[in-house]
Amino acid sequence: MKPLRQIEPGEQLLNVENVSLRFGGVKAITDVSFDIVKGEVRAIIGPNGAGKTSMLNVINGFYHPQEGQITYRGATRSKMRPHVAATQGIARTFQNVALFKGMTTLDNIMVGRTLKMQKSFFWHLFRHGPAMNEEIEHRKFVEEIIDFLEIEHIRKVPVGKLPYGLQKRVELGRALAMEPELLLLDEPMAGMNLEEKEDMCRFILDTKEQYGTTIALIEHDMGVVMDLSDRVVVLEYGIKIADGTPDEVKANQKVIDAYLGVAH
Amino acid sequence: MFYREAGQFKKTYAADMAVFPILQDRIGIAVILIVAAVVIPLTGSTFFISSVMIPFLVFSLAAMGLNIVTGYTGLISLGTGAFMGVGAFACYKLTTIFPNVNIIIWILASGIFSAAIGAAFGLPSLRIKGFYLAVATLAAQFFLEWCFVRVPWLYNYSASGAIQVPQRTLFDVAITGANATPTTRYLVLLGIVVLMTWVASNILHGRIGRTFMAVRDMDIAAELMGIRLLPAKLMAFALSSFYCGVAGAVMMFLWYGGGEAADAFNIRQSFNILFMVIIGGLGSLIGCFLGAALLNIVPIILKFGFPAIGIAIGSETAEHLNHLLVGGLIIFFLIVEPHGLARLWQITKQKLRTWPFPY
Repeated sequence: MKPLRQIEPGEQLLNVENVSLRFGGVKAITDVSFDIVKGEVRAIIGPNGAGKTSMLNVINGFYHPQEGQITYRGATRSKMRPHVAATQGIARTFQNVALFKGMTTLDNIMVGRTLKMQKSFFWHLFRHGPAMNEEIEHRKFVEEIIDFLEIEHIRKVPVGKLPYGLQKRVELGRALAMEPELLLLDEPMAGMNLEEKEDMCRFILDTKEQYGTTIALIEHDMGVVMDLSDRVVVLEYGIKIADGTPDEVKANQKVIDAYLGVAH
Repeated sequence: MFYREAGQFKKTYAADMAVFPILQDRIGIAVILIVAAVVIPLTGSTFFISSVMIPFLVFSLAAMGLNIVTGYTGLISLGTGAFMGVGAFACYKLTTIFPNVNIIIWILASGIFSAAIGAAFGLPSLRIKGFYLAVATLAAQFFLEWCFVRVPWLYNYSASGAIQVPQRTLFDVAITGANATPTTRYLVLLGIVVLMTWVASNILHGRIGRTFMAVRDMDIAAELMGIRLLPAKLMAFALSSFYCGVAGAVMMFLWYGGGEAADAFNIRQSFNILFMVIIGGLGSLIGCFLGAALLNIVPIILKFGFPAIGIAIGSETAEHLNHLLVGGLIIFFLIVEPHGLARLWQITKQKLRTWPFPY
């Protein structure tokens, strides 16, 4: 595989070309192409079952598309493993929260630092010296994220006991701990009340500002999508039906038909 | 009342990340260590040391091994007994081939052999989970048990097929074999258990422990964090088998003093240790000790406690009563707290912290 390039803001970070994904006879994605530019918030929307989550799964390597290729940071590939995607700076959150339920908030976010921790097994036998210094160094970074997401009070609470809104926030924190280049958010506002949604929007925009992260966002709340995103791609039945700025997409007749239905 | 963390402020992350962040806990551990290392050897009777404390420590170590793979990494293993057997035989072979090397080194080194074998039998864990993995690990149990009987090289071609523990010394004091006193064996065992518990706690509180728990709680998300599942699971199996192997070696060398391995390391032993882990608390180091204590010490109290307070019961009745009561206790504890004794202990600590207020 070619070495990955550093991408400047405004340059193409990820390019999806003619990707098709089938499960037996079911066509989840058909010939979809779009790109993500560094520094933008790119929304992927569409009715239920349109293939949005499948698209994210293709990007971070859970699914291997039958056709098409993906260029990420200048390197083209058709297949990859999720942990390789992680090492290359792709992080994601899940539609239904996928936290480590038995662990505390702090430990969950610390897991996000796993890849950055290098000290060998030998030093871990003692938990003093190098291994401990490394832990403390990463703990500092994690505490910054905890500060940023305003979850100081639940630092030592097992995440299984937290309310849903906070769990979503911890999950975002865990993804941020990886210092990702590209952050895939799968319905980060699902099931939240207005206040929680506003908080989450603020965190997403702040993430972009503060960490310079590029964000791909799946969301059903159209108000959120139109306000947050720079460009929107619309899928329906696995086919791309529109691509452009929020205003362009809003005015697109195909999109209106997909969401509101057509009179026959 | 006395168990309060109020006023104990942490000024560094290191202090906050300590295993025992509360002062009272540290005092408690110090007291337990002093009792175990000084009071018990000085005051405990031979019977108490050799029939209660030594088995308790051996089983705690084995339970710790199983807990690493089952409690922390979420992979059920029924091969514990066999992995213990590998440790025992490895130690036996090593000390008969190289008699001049100190036995403690061989006890610890024997864990490496069972770690290798454990990792090999852990390979299916990438593809299968839960009950199916339990069945796959049964293969290890049956295959290794077969080896223990059918490969005479392992027991040095002795006619009885048993391990004969030779006498080995440390600073000219016999620590294994017929001449070793129970107190000496107990102290050596205690040293090994304390050292290995400390190491386990270090590993499990750091990056590696978090990796294990991440794999247990949500393997898909763990993979996305950059954790490769196969190496993580194999490491859990290897580490777990290392502990089981050492437990098996100390069981043969410091407790049994020899015997037929196929009996000591059979499937019942595997289940016995699995029950200790479940009752003690999955994913908790203190739970290993609590579980081993419950399943070990209670039968002994029942067996010898009743005659001691004047209730004469025949040994057979005692045995039956034993099974009844231990079974009943297991059900009772699992209903009261399905997460094991460790969780009960945590709840107790939480109550003590807020006492006299309910929350």
